[in-house]
Amino acid sequence: MALDYSQKVMDHFINPRNVGEIENADGVGEAGNPKCGDIMKIYLKVNPETKVIDDVKFKTFGCASAIASSSMATEMIKGRTIEEAWNLTNNAVAEALDGLPPIKMHCSVLAEEAIHTALNDYREKHGMPVIPMEHHED
Amino acid sequence: MFVYLDHTATTPVSPEVLQAMIPYFGDIFGNPSSVYSFSRKSRSAIEKARKQVADALNADTSEIFFTGSGTEADNWALKGTLEKAKIAGKNHIITTRIEHHAILHTCEYLKKVEGADITYLPVNSEGMVSVEDVKNAITDKTAIVSVMFANNEVGTIQPIKEIGALCRERKIPFHTDAVQGAAHLDIDVKAMNIDMLSMSAHKMYGPKGVGALYLRKGMRPENFIHGGAQEKGRRASTENLAGIVGFGEAIEILKGRLNEDKAINSSRRDRLIAGILERIPHAKLNGATGDNRLPNNINFSFIGVEGETLLLDLDSKGISASTGSACSSESLDPSHVLLALGLKHEMAHGSLRFTIGRLTTDEHIDYLLEVLPEIVARRRAMSPLWEDYLKSIGEK
Repeated sequence: MALDYSQKVMDHFINPRNVGEIENADGVGEAGNPKCGDIMKIYLKVNPETKVIDDVKFKTFGCASAIASSSMATEMIKGRTIEEAWNLTNNAVAEALDGLPPIKMHCSVLAEEAIHTALNDYREKHGMPVIPMEHHED
Repeated sequence: MFVYLDHTATTPVSPEVLQAMIPYFGDIFGNPSSVYSFSRKSRSAIEKARKQVADALNADTSEIFFTGSGTEADNWALKGTLEKAKIAGKNHIITTRIEHHAILHTCEYLKKVEGADITYLPVNSEGMVSVEDVKNAITDKTAIVSVMFANNEVGTIQPIKEIGALCRERKIPFHTDAVQGAAHLDIDVKAMNIDMLSMSAHKMYGPKGVGALYLRKGMRPENFIHGGAQEKGRRASTENLAGIVGFGEAIEILKGRLNEDKAINSSRRDRLIAGILERIPHAKLNGATGDNRLPNNINFSFIGVEGETLLLDLDSKGISASTGSACSSESLDPSHVLLALGLKHEMAHGSLRFTIGRLTTDEHIDYLLEVLPEIVARRRAMSPLWEDYLKSIGEK
């Protein structure tokens, strides 16, 4: 039982930021699957002029670190341009949470993937070229 | 409020047991194997405990061997029996998919190192092994059948007496891991046709670090721990004197209040089960009901939420429980027991186990029923899987 989470992880797990859905979102992305026990869904509202992410919401099925990673990742891309958001790495999310237990690192990977999927959904819908994604096994 | 609902993980040492143990950490410290009269007290304390354990099982004192844990007893029974049987050309083990890792990982080891052939029997949706399946799995190479007495995760009690009778008829040694069962059930090794039985003191309000293996007269598995002549030369190591004394006291007390405990635990168990089903929509009880279930076990799956999340939320309310989710293990797979019952991965990930016991009060049950529905509802509201599930059943 991995209870050795940082205070930041526990904070974002107990009071997750940006939980919910955005109706008529400009981009939606999902990563993970029920088999491995984590699913993350990200909703984006993007300013058409500036390409800045004005709002972002998430829904996550998964353990504490999956919920905390979603919460932190959405905080980190809010107010950023879609290009800046693309460059958010899973390691940056994990670092911002003061680290994740090694067995839970895949949760931060999932956050990166869900954001990339949502950004590509946005790009596709807005006539921009889709960026090739790295896919992870877990 | 501290609400301990994980009595299957371990139990606190009861005050009477602790009192009985204390002298053996202090004044009575003699090595039971020494010759001088001072050590006689240590020796007789061990023999008293052996009688207490034997009486609880309707066994003979010569049939009880103390070990360092239930896991060690399981290792000894399986490895020792297979090693001996191999000489006679038998290398087949029959066990089940729902055993504790002490059995499953020992079987994997025997497969790898001894080339043993292992049959893992399936269970039905309530977690019950079929006697017919055991019968059909037996071959002339079968060295041992090992079926747990009661499952630790979902609490299903197995048809031990019937499997025992079958094995006795076919002259195949029958072992049962009764680490959970022995703490709650009336076990008579003679009436139940049991050849070998493992148990552990810390599941029955005794100390950690001591267990026992019952070996019916005539059962001679190869030794597992080699060294001195303790336990009639069959299990070396200077005895865990205080631990063994505590084990004897604990099992005698347990046996004395068995019926009383069973009645109160099953009534609280059934109240908790009914309360959860009533207050939490789409909650699924895992395991059997009534007399086929351990009196202290409650195991549920809540579709749409993940078990570790619920455990941490419960922990923040002072409640200790357990889950079969992968997130609480070292692997990415959820509980092998829940999967063997036929649960989908997402249902296994969303499982919670509550095990009640002597620390449990009626207030604890009320408190859990008060906080759990809110916790499940809150986490479901942030889960895309819950949303998908509601859509799939036409409720959204």
